[in-house]
Amino acid sequence: MAIKHLKTAEFDEIMDAAPLAMVDFWASWCGPCKMLSPTVEALAEQYEGKALVGKVNVDEEPDLARRFGVMSIPTVVFLKNGREFDRKVGVMPVEAFTQVLDKNL
Amino acid sequence: MSYEVLVIGGGPAGLSAALNVRARGRSVLVVSNPLEENPLWRAEKVDNYLGMPGMSGAQLLTEMRRHAEKAGVEFRTGKVLSAMRMGENWYVSIGSDMESARALVLAAGVARGKKFPGEAELLGRGVSYCATCDGMLYRGKSVAVLGYSDTARGEADFLRSIGCSVTYFDRPRACVINGENQVESLTCDGETIRVDGVFLLRPTMAPTDLFPGLETENGYVTVNRKMATNLPGLFAAGDCTGGPLQVSKAAGEGLVAGQSAAAWAAEQSRKSK
Repeated sequence: MAIKHLKTAEFDEIMDAAPLAMVDFWASWCGPCKMLSPTVEALAEQYEGKALVGKVNVDEEPDLARRFGVMSIPTVVFLKNGREFDRKVGVMPVEAFTQVLDKNL
Repeated sequence: MSYEVLVIGGGPAGLSAALNVRARGRSVLVVSNPLEENPLWRAEKVDNYLGMPGMSGAQLLTEMRRHAEKAGVEFRTGKVLSAMRMGENWYVSIGSDMESARALVLAAGVARGKKFPGEAELLGRGVSYCATCDGMLYRGKSVAVLGYSDTARGEADFLRSIGCSVTYFDRPRACVINGENQVESLTCDGETIRVDGVFLLRPTMAPTDLFPGLETENGYVTVNRKMATNLPGLFAAGDCTGGPLQVSKAAGEGLVAGQSAAAWAAEQSRKSK
């Protein structure tokens, strides 16, 4: 499954229905986001059917970025049925994300 | 584009490393602050660089840079803010760009000064090291810039230009960043202001912030005779490995690190064929 690009209008509906989700807040002008991007895309494939892996462009969806208090990108937020339970800020190795996902599958 | 070796730092160690990568016929990019920001630039006279007595730090740096440019070293002005190894390559982010290389040489000098209270705790929650990366998230908000490098004023101007309300602190000595879950206020040298964000712009990052898991001793990067660190494909040279903080020592270590990095890159290319 290709990675899901999330828009403000549909965000809540999609998240409420997802038992486990990981959302990467990013922007095109952010070097560290470019670094993290391949990792997030690989995770979307690896966890297909088990967890929803999505991306939010903070330029296009400033309301979502504000709502989640995203103040540095990349920020990766983990949610269960729409409720945040963990987040990682900055570029990190893939294990930092798989650990959270595996523990909460 | 991808390079065989990427060097972080453009002082004597970094330039010497890059020159010696070119001597082995491999591609190399040096990422550094402007030359004038190097601490050596302000040295009036360097009298212990063998065979070239009496030169100023600025003269030495200019000649070294010219030498490296002639040898085909590529240059990029900017700060490396994060680095990560994925697969067989290192990826580094430089402002809004990303570059990759088979091997890295860390030659970014010494990070002076300790972290401020609240800095690590609120990193990513109002504390940022990069105006061009995170500035857009503070449009219409109040931010403080703590400037410790010559380029910091330019970054403060950038923040103003995108609509941040900026208070500039020129090399403050003692600061505390306050806030529970995000930055709420900042106290610097006795003055307290309410802010949403604090941009800490230092000339160089602490090696362990850039490379989690990097072994250090008393703040200096641990290396072996080949200038290899404990991380695969990462070499280090110059002041960041420890004293004496002298040009000859930096240039010598740079040579070894450059050769080691070139050899590492060659080995990796062979393996992947």
